[in-house]
Amino acid sequence: MSQSAVDVPPKGGFSFDLCKRNDMLIQKGLKAPSFLKTGTTIVGLIFKDGVILGADTRATEGPIVADKNCEKIHYMAPNIYCCGAGTAADTEAVTDMVSSQLRLHRYQTGRDSRVITGLTLLKKHLFSYQGHVSAALVLGGVDITGPHLHTIYPHGSTDTLPFATMGSGSLAAMSVFEAKYKEGLTRDEGIKLVAEAICSGIFNDLGSGSNVDICVITKGNKEYLRNYMEPNPRTYVSSKGYSFSKKTEVLLTKITPLMERVEITEVGEAMEE
Amino acid sequence: MDLNLDAPHSMGTTIIGVTYNGGVVLGADSRTSTGMYVANRASDKITQLTDNVYVCRSGSAADSQVVSDYVRYFLHQHTIQLGQPATVKVSANLIRMLAYNNKNMLQTGLIVGGWDKYEGGKIYGIPLGGTVVEQPFAIGGSGSSYLYGFFDQAWKEGMTKEEAEQLVVKAVSLAIARDGASGGVVRTVIINSEGVTRNFYPGDKLQLWHEELEPQNSLLDILNAGGPVPMAM
Repeated sequence: MSQSAVDVPPKGGFSFDLCKRNDMLIQKGLKAPSFLKTGTTIVGLIFKDGVILGADTRATEGPIVADKNCEKIHYMAPNIYCCGAGTAADTEAVTDMVSSQLRLHRYQTGRDSRVITGLTLLKKHLFSYQGHVSAALVLGGVDITGPHLHTIYPHGSTDTLPFATMGSGSLAAMSVFEAKYKEGLTRDEGIKLVAEAICSGIFNDLGSGSNVDICVITKGNKEYLRNYMEPNPRTYVSSKGYSFSKKTEVLLTKITPLMERVEITEVGEAMEE
Repeated sequence: MDLNLDAPHSMGTTIIGVTYNGGVVLGADSRTSTGMYVANRASDKITQLTDNVYVCRSGSAADSQVVSDYVRYFLHQHTIQLGQPATVKVSANLIRMLAYNNKNMLQTGLIVGGWDKYEGGKIYGIPLGGTVVEQPFAIGGSGSSYLYGFFDQAWKEGMTKEEAEQLVVKAVSLAIARDGASGGVVRTVIINSEGVTRNFYPGDKLQLWHEELEPQNSLLDILNAGGPVPMAM
């Protein structure tokens, strides 16, 4: 019996090894787990001094809410943030990957990242996967050339707009923007409008819900307002408290903090020939 | 109503390229749709390839953006190596190489138009499949079906710049009136020996055609009105 001594590294791209196994399991009656999608309402708008991004915080798995307070506004660069809709794993992975690529690019060029660079990297990746990476993104940031806002679709096409919405709640949010957006909004007006658009998605779209996250990016400064608004608080909390039945025993909890073992080595004599 | 927001982004589109005495006029609408939803009502479908060559894009938004990005890159290199501006014929040929060799994967129809010092103003149509046809005028996109008869009757040789642009605006506006997948504004680009001029015609300023109504007062005006005035005692 001979075995190849050297493991050839995979060439990259999709590996279809498990497809036959999956087909067999489906034939036997196993239901595949559904993807964790972010139903989502994500928006972005350009205001007087920069860009404001907004997102809801509900992640769904079919009809169930898997995460009531997830983060959909992803960090790309100190001056660039990206909201993601679609399959949660895809948006996380693709934004993480491009964020790393942008960082390496910053080290190489010695300059701050530009939004268009992030856009091209994302677009190239998504196009090469022909829409199978289900990530619909709203990319916004302020760089040396000014504020920019772009939308990127799973098939790799992009649009550059002064205001944009994506996700299942995009129609609800877009209706708010189309009615109330104007150029040269102030920071407070912009935040108010974004919050209104996200709320419109939260209340009218089943795939969006919970809280409103906002990120304001201006020249040289960014503010990540996590849970800026919480319009869906847990209304009923029992005032009497919760009693546990007699059989329940609460064990003693003992927490032993792990101490760092720091070994100090004496600096020895340098070796001499 | 089947919105299907996961449908690939396509540009329903009406695109037109027309030669005139001295250059070319390119025109397009501005609607990008995802299924039945208008994803972008003000898109720019006329993309620059070089200083003197532009391309009108139709079909899949992603495919046409990627093809024009590659060709812009190749033309940039070509211009550096050649030492002078690239010709319209070379631009069209590069697009055709990509479109023909990848015909199974791409779904995009393009119209290349520009001006160079050897041939003057030229229009090349590159439909699905990757054929290249040099034409005095070219139309493309879903809205073009409604314009074949119109152009047969209205186009003539040796028009002036103004006549050609008026023709293009009228044609796009007619297609917008009849084609659901075209709409928004009309953008035109005029390319000649003097340079490039971009024009913009908002949708509500276009001429009204058969059975089209005047725009009514928008009910949104009450939002900006400021509310009712309280009674004074």
